Amino acid sequence: MQNNTRKPLLRALVAALGFSAVLGAAAADPLKVGFVYIGPIGDHGWTYQHEQGRQLVMEKLGAQVETSYVENVPEGADAERVIRNMAKGGFDLIFTTSFGYMNPTLKVAKQFPKVTFEHATGYKQANNLATYLSRSYEGRYVGGFLAARMTKSKKIGYVASFPIPEVIRDINAIQLALDKYNPGSEIKVVWVNSWFDPGKESDAANALIDQGVDVVFQHTDSPAPIQTAERRGVYSVGYASDMAHFGPKAVLTSIVNDWGPHYVKSTQAVLDGNWASQDFWGGLAEDTIQLPISDLVPAAVKTEAQQIIADIKSGKFHPFTGPIKDQSGALKIAAGVVASNTDLASMNYYVENVKAELPK
Amino acid sequence: MDLDLLSNILYAMVRTGTPLLLVALGELLCEKSGVLNLGQEGMMLFGAVIGFIVALSSGSLWLGVLLAIVAGMLLALLFAAVALGFNANQVATGLALTIFGVGLSTFVGAAWVGKPLAGFEPIAIPLLSEIPLLGRMLFAQDALVYLSFALFAGVAWLLLKSRIGLIIQAVGENPDAASAMGLPVLRVRTLAVLFGGAMAGLAGGYLSLAYTPMWAENMSAGRGWIALALVVFASWRVLRVLLGAYLFGLASILHLVAQGIGLSIPANLLAMLPYLATIVVLVLLSRDALKTRLFAPLSLGQPWQPGH
Repeated sequence: MQNNTRKPLLRALVAALGFSAVLGAAAADPLKVGFVYIGPIGDHGWTYQHEQGRQLVMEKLGAQVETSYVENVPEGADAERVIRNMAKGGFDLIFTTSFGYMNPTLKVAKQFPKVTFEHATGYKQANNLATYLSRSYEGRYVGGFLAARMTKSKKIGYVASFPIPEVIRDINAIQLALDKYNPGSEIKVVWVNSWFDPGKESDAANALIDQGVDVVFQHTDSPAPIQTAERRGVYSVGYASDMAHFGPKAVLTSIVNDWGPHYVKSTQAVLDGNWASQDFWGGLAEDTIQLPISDLVPAAVKTEAQQIIADIKSGKFHPFTGPIKDQSGALKIAAGVVASNTDLASMNYYVENVKAELPK
Repeated sequence: MDLDLLSNILYAMVRTGTPLLLVALGELLCEKSGVLNLGQEGMMLFGAVIGFIVALSSGSLWLGVLLAIVAGMLLALLFAAVALGFNANQVATGLALTIFGVGLSTFVGAAWVGKPLAGFEPIAIPLLSEIPLLGRMLFAQDALVYLSFALFAGVAWLLLKSRIGLIIQAVGENPDAASAMGLPVLRVRTLAVLFGGAMAGLAGGYLSLAYTPMWAENMSAGRGWIALALVVFASWRVLRVLLGAYLFGLASILHLVAQGIGLSIPANLLAMLPYLATIVVLVLLSRDALKTRLFAPLSLGQPWQPGH
């Protein structure tokens, strides 16, 4: 009895599946590209910029691609589920756009060898898993230079998210710029343990300003720290997207991430069948980072900043050029040596003059 | 620790605790009448987005506040219609309301992301704000914080001193008896739910017009849930709601301040404090089943219809 009722149903299912497969093949298959976002696309920061990148892919590649995204995906078990569902759901190329997606992405990539994955800001690759990140430390260094020139209190604040290499590297870059252009200045760091919580980010900025900080950096995704700086009458440096209009009297520059060109290039490569796993680092030279400098900065300082930008672009100068020592005074990068991408990707120490203690 | 630092901490504590206080006061009244509305986060976000849009387009912050309140009440009305009118499960309805509110606010606010707004500025009351230690905390806040002080006093009076408070609690403890006495149970509950919505909407308005004057998706970042826990934390007592809200505020800024002055307390531990405190209180409360029953409104969360 049971068998009899089940078999026709099964047969119908198989037929339906086969039919849809035929249909799918008949239409010129668009490449399905998926994006996994850590925050809301309306954060006006990190995720917003990735979303701009996705828009560029659709604009440039049109009917060849079909894209979609999932936003507000927490790092951890949820991420793995979302990524696996995408892989199962017939996506050909999946971008996962937060550091904490590293292990979930690697795990799913191993299970779906035919799907192409790209993970932002991580350091684990596979044959079908590439990594890409922005050399945001280049922007931080220039921001650090501006802070060094503009600070009166010699105290610079940093609203930080989580103690991962990307964030530690950026803090170090600022300290190195301070050491060079305004020795004796120090950076104060407050960890908010979140990528996106405007209230908390604002509280953290307030706590820093209460301590005499007069330039506020942020490594979180909302414009709240900038708004707070504007209200309190101190300077700030924006992150991820151009946040100048949130603090016209505060923002010296914003370290703007432009992911679009990379997304278009990678998607095109998959379309052409010549995608290969790589570890892509995009900085000022690749236009992955842009630094719109405000008119709050005096012309002479601006010219100096443009020179530093030009030197970084041409490769004449690298912010992490030895000798670089850690807080204990141990030599990490030898004199005259430029830090390799591996050094940078695994940076888990503060440089010598950072006064704060790194959370364990 | 100097006096200035302490004064700054107390000031920030009240600022941070205010959205929690507003939502929790509304939910307290709602739960006192026997209705559990888990939709706080959704009502808050909808209030935040509507308040922001109205304030930015009209140029009037107060009109924004007013419409934020109305927005919260609209969603609360939806909840009342489904949970009270059709007698649906309150937990499920509340959860659905949160999901709906988050989605709706995102949809409505899509075009308003990334626009700056000059929000409520702190108003320092002359002389009083000069009082050492407490002056800044109590007399140098923005208008909505002052409003929250007044609302606390109002709710406290309502629950502890007024006849209306007795009616609300009678309805929440035993709707059958209240109904037999001729009290309009459903009307009382509906009004309590609407008040809860108004307070959540106002809290949302506080976020998008005063605390961090902007609209960003999900900007409440779980504060609605904390406020819900807070009502239990306070074992349904109004003064404890106030203390609890500020305690949460203090716990959530303390680790930021500690880092700012360079104290090497593990930040993760401090960040956990508010949540740890909730769990401890919940465990303590539920250890003694009788005690929990004494504190919680007896008919909390149970559907009720007149005449059976």
